[in-house]
Amino acid sequence: MKPKVAFYWCSSCGGCEEAIIDLNEDILKVVEAVDIVFWPVAMDTKYADVERLADGELAVAFINGAVRMDEQEEIAKLLRRKAQVVIAVGSCAHMGGIPGLANFFDRESILRRAYQEVPSLADAQPVTPSETTRTEHGTLTLPRFWERVKRLGDVIDVDYFLPGCPPMPDTIRDALAALLSGKLPPKGSVLSPSKNLCHGCPRLPNKPETLAIDRIRRIHEVEVGPDECFLAKGVICIGPATRSGCGERCLHANMPCRGCYGPSDDKSDQGGALLSSLASMIDMKDADKIDSLFKSFADIPGTVYRFSLPASLVQKGNLLP
Amino acid sequence: MKSFQPRIVGFLCNWCSYAASDAAGGKKQPYPANFRVVRVMCSGRIEPQLVLKAFAEGADGVAILGCHPGDCHYKEGNYKALRRFAALKRMLDQLGIEEGRLILEWVSAAEGDKFIEVVRTLCDKVKALGPLHVARVAQDREPRRNRL
Repeated sequence: MKPKVAFYWCSSCGGCEEAIIDLNEDILKVVEAVDIVFWPVAMDTKYADVERLADGELAVAFINGAVRMDEQEEIAKLLRRKAQVVIAVGSCAHMGGIPGLANFFDRESILRRAYQEVPSLADAQPVTPSETTRTEHGTLTLPRFWERVKRLGDVIDVDYFLPGCPPMPDTIRDALAALLSGKLPPKGSVLSPSKNLCHGCPRLPNKPETLAIDRIRRIHEVEVGPDECFLAKGVICIGPATRSGCGERCLHANMPCRGCYGPSDDKSDQGGALLSSLASMIDMKDADKIDSLFKSFADIPGTVYRFSLPASLVQKGNLLP
Repeated sequence: MKSFQPRIVGFLCNWCSYAASDAAGGKKQPYPANFRVVRVMCSGRIEPQLVLKAFAEGADGVAILGCHPGDCHYKEGNYKALRRFAALKRMLDQLGIEEGRLILEWVSAAEGDKFIEVVRTLCDKVKALGPLHVARVAQDREPRRNRL
């Protein structure tokens, strides 16, 4: 009998599901090797189908997306019980990802902004959804929207992390090959090389021996050639604080790294690590000049924690649901 | 009610500021017991990850003390500390750490009195701010990594 696998999505955009489809013809090999029993985005399956399985009957559950609602936690826990191996797929499940940037704000201000204040709201009397609504046919309920965004690893025990926004087909392919052959790294590993992106950067040969940034520039402010190091031009590239394995796809598209693969194993905080290496690239000794340089860096936390705010060492507020 | 006693972590460079704390001790001058000293070889070693880790593990305030500009034992380590501090300072507020909880000061080996002054001022400031309330990430849920 073929091993059974399940796919699920929590707070995510669907890009990780696309990434699995991006395996192209290889997906046929996957289907040949395994039996997909649950995949809400692609198949007509119900939660009851998962509940009917025996505990541990699933060989692997692939779960993408950050967790910020009761329903997501419930299904994640259900899949954890039914699966021998749980893999967190993509930046959101791994570190919180883009939805994790919501942790700069609290629940109330997010709901107020989204349902009361946004300029595109046409309703004369805006309605904020509530968890329970009474109708003549009975009471309707919605899952609770939490105070904070959590990583998948904050709500269940995760065996492996597949990084990326979305993970590259090669990253997924290597992980599937490791799973099918049983040659797996230690539990809790991130399934991508723990080397900095800069090591494999196609622009590395043209990086100056020492970087001496005098101003932080945004990408529209300066022209960076296809072989030039972004940091040498003062454009923030998260490469020094990001693990490799993505094939440097952004760099090939003439965009700086945004850090979606997360930090390498020797770093505890992606934002802190980037600021640390950035400070070494600045050739200034005057406190006022240094201050004004960092003032030219718009939205430092949003840039350095673009994909990893729920994984940062310190965050605003309480870490409660 | 018992008054709030903050926990303050001080990263002191071996060559100047730690010697200043020693000088203060040699003169038997008291300073607040809230201050927990971590001796490092150079203030340039104190990168943002270490400061964030201190806050994450329960510090209410953090001080980085190093040699005066031009006096660094390693020539430029304190300038590096200055740049790292300047960068980190600009994002602490959005991580829930109020201004004043992290300081960088230059204290030479001869400045035992300044050392006490700096520690007292920071301690008073953090006492006034109260305990640090931030969400600390559960480290046991971290992906496997060689932690700092």
